[in-house]
Amino acid sequence: MRPRWLLPALLTFIFLVSLAVHHFELLDLYIQLILMYVGINIILTLSLNLINGYMGEFSVGHAGFMAIGAYIASLLTVKIFPAYMTAWLFPLAVLAGGIGAALVGLIVAFPSFKTRGDYLAIVTLAFGMIVKSAIENIDALGGPRGFLGMEKLSTLPWVFFWAALSVWVIRNLVYSNFGRGVISIREDEIASDLMSVNTKEVKIIAFVVSSFFAGVAGALFAHLLQFINPRAFDIIKSTDILIMVYLGGIGSIAGSILGATIYTVLLEVLRPMGIWRMVFMPLMLVLLMIFRPKGIMGLKEFRWFVPIRDLFASRLWHYKRGEK
Amino acid sequence: MSYVLQQLMNVFQLGSIYALIALGYTMVYGILTMINFAHGDLFMVGAFICFVAAVFLKLSFVPVMLLSMFGVALLGVVIERLAYKPLRQAPRVSAIITALGVGLFLENFTLALNPYPKQIPQLMSNTTWIILGVSISSLQVFIIVLSLLLMLTLDLIVRKTMVGMAMRAISWDKAVVPLMGVPMNLIISATFAIGASLGGAAGVMYGLAYPVIDPYMGIMVGWKAFISAVVGGIGNIRGAMIGGYILGMTEIMVVAFFPSTYRDFVAFALLLILLIFRPYGILGKPQPQKV
Repeated sequence: MRPRWLLPALLTFIFLVSLAVHHFELLDLYIQLILMYVGINIILTLSLNLINGYMGEFSVGHAGFMAIGAYIASLLTVKIFPAYMTAWLFPLAVLAGGIGAALVGLIVAFPSFKTRGDYLAIVTLAFGMIVKSAIENIDALGGPRGFLGMEKLSTLPWVFFWAALSVWVIRNLVYSNFGRGVISIREDEIASDLMSVNTKEVKIIAFVVSSFFAGVAGALFAHLLQFINPRAFDIIKSTDILIMVYLGGIGSIAGSILGATIYTVLLEVLRPMGIWRMVFMPLMLVLLMIFRPKGIMGLKEFRWFVPIRDLFASRLWHYKRGEK
Repeated sequence: MSYVLQQLMNVFQLGSIYALIALGYTMVYGILTMINFAHGDLFMVGAFICFVAAVFLKLSFVPVMLLSMFGVALLGVVIERLAYKPLRQAPRVSAIITALGVGLFLENFTLALNPYPKQIPQLMSNTTWIILGVSISSLQVFIIVLSLLLMLTLDLIVRKTMVGMAMRAISWDKAVVPLMGVPMNLIISATFAIGASLGGAAGVMYGLAYPVIDPYMGIMVGWKAFISAVVGGIGNIRGAMIGGYILGMTEIMVVAFFPSTYRDFVAFALLLILLIFRPYGILGKPQPQKV
C-alpha cells in the first residue's frame, strides 16, 4: 500500500526538477529536446491508445488532429496574442488547440456509429488526408510552404505538465464507469449495447478526449519545432504513432509510456547509423510482433496505474480461473 | 467534349493501375482478413526492379515485365512466410502492424540503397494518334489493354481453376476447408504470389506512365489503392476493379475542373460521403454481426 501523498509529491518533485533543468540548463539542450519529444509522443500514444487500444477501433488519422491543434495554437500565438504576452498566454493557446481538435474529433465520432473496423479505418485515414490537403489549400496558413514565427514556448516543465495531465486524465477515464463502457465496446459492441452501455455517447467522449490530447500534442510540437508544414502531419506521422501504440502494447498506459519512450529514444540513439536506422527499426518492430504479438505490455498494466480495487479484483479473477 | 474524352483516357490509365494494386489488397484480405499494408511497397519494388532491369541489364519490355512480376511475387511469398505466417493466430492488429513494419522496411531499405529518385528509360516506342481531337498515346492504350488482360486472367483463375476455387473456399470458411484436404499454406502463398505479381506489373506500368520513381512512391499509391479496394467492397475482386476506376475517375476529374491542389481533398471527401451511404462498399455484402 502506498501512501496517498506519494504520487502528488513525486509529480511536484519531478515538475520542480524539470523547471530547474529548464532554467539553469542542467542538461544538455539536445537531451532536453529529446525529453520533450518523448513527452509529446507519450501524449500522442496515450490518446491514440484510448481509441485503438481500449476501444478496439483502428484509427489511422491521428496526425490530422495533431495538425489542427498545431495550427490553431500557432495562429493564436503568432497572429492574435500580443507579442509581449505570448509566453503567459501559451497554455491558453495549447488549450485552444486541444479544444479545436476535440471539436473536429466530434465530427469523426459520428461515422463511427455505423461503420466499424476497416471501414472506420478508411474514414479516419480519409480524414487525416483531408485535413492535410485542406491546410495545403489555405493561403493564410502558408499553404504547403508551412507556417512559422512561433517562439520556442514549449519547455520541459510544460511538456511534463501536459504529459502528466494526459496520463492522469486517461488513466482515470479508463478505470471509471465510462472506461468500462469503452472496454466493453472493444470486447463486443452489441453485447455492451444490450447491457445498456450508451455506446454512442461513449464513442463520442472517447473520440473527443483522444483528439483533444492529440491537439495538445500538436500545439506543443509546433512550439518546439517553431515551424510546421502540412507534410509534417501526413500518413507517415500517423504510422509513427500507431507503431508506438502497438510497440508498447494496446490497452495499457504503462505500455504507451514505454512504447513512446523506447521508440523515440532508440531512434535518437541509433542516429549514427544514418538511414540504416530506418531499416533497422521496422525490422525490430516486425520481430517484436512475431515473438510478442501483443507488444511490450499488451493489455497488462504497471501496478501503479491500477486502482487498488481493480488490482484486487483482477487477482481474484486470475485466482478463480486457476492461474496462480 | 474532346477535353472530357482526353481526361477519360487518363482516367482509364490511372484507374487501371489503382485497380491492379487494389486487387492485391482485396485478395489477401479475402483470404486472411488481413490488410497487407506492405502491398503498396511491393508495387514500389516492382517499379525499381523494372528500373534495374531496364538500365543495368538492358532488357526489353517483355522480359522486364516478367522479371518484375516474378521478383515481386517471390518477395510477396517470402514476406508472407517470414512475417505473416507466424502471426496467423495472433490478434488481427498485430498482423496489420507487422505489415506496416514490413512496408517501412521495404521503403527505407530501398532508400538506403539508392537515395535519389530514378528515371525509368522509355522501354517502347511511343506514338501518339489523334482521334476526334483526342490525342491517344500507344503507351496509354497499351497500359489499359494489358491491365484489362491481367484482370481478366485473374478473374478466370479465381472462377475457373482449382486454385481459384480453393481460394474462394478458404475465404468462405477457414476452419473447415483444410479438413477437406485443401493445402491451406500453399493456397495462401499462391494468393500472395498472384496479388504481388499484379502489384509488380502495376509498378512497371506506373514507371512507364510516370517515369520518375522514388522509394516512397508506394505509400500514397498504396493507400489510394487500399481505398479503392474498400470502396469496391474489400474482399471482393470485381469490387476492387470497379473501385480502382472510380478513384481514378474522381482524381482525374477533380484535377480537370478544379485547381490540382484540391485533388486529394475532393477525392477523399467524396469517398467519405460514399462510405456514409454504402458503408460496405459498392459490391461488398454487409456482414451481419452476431452476438
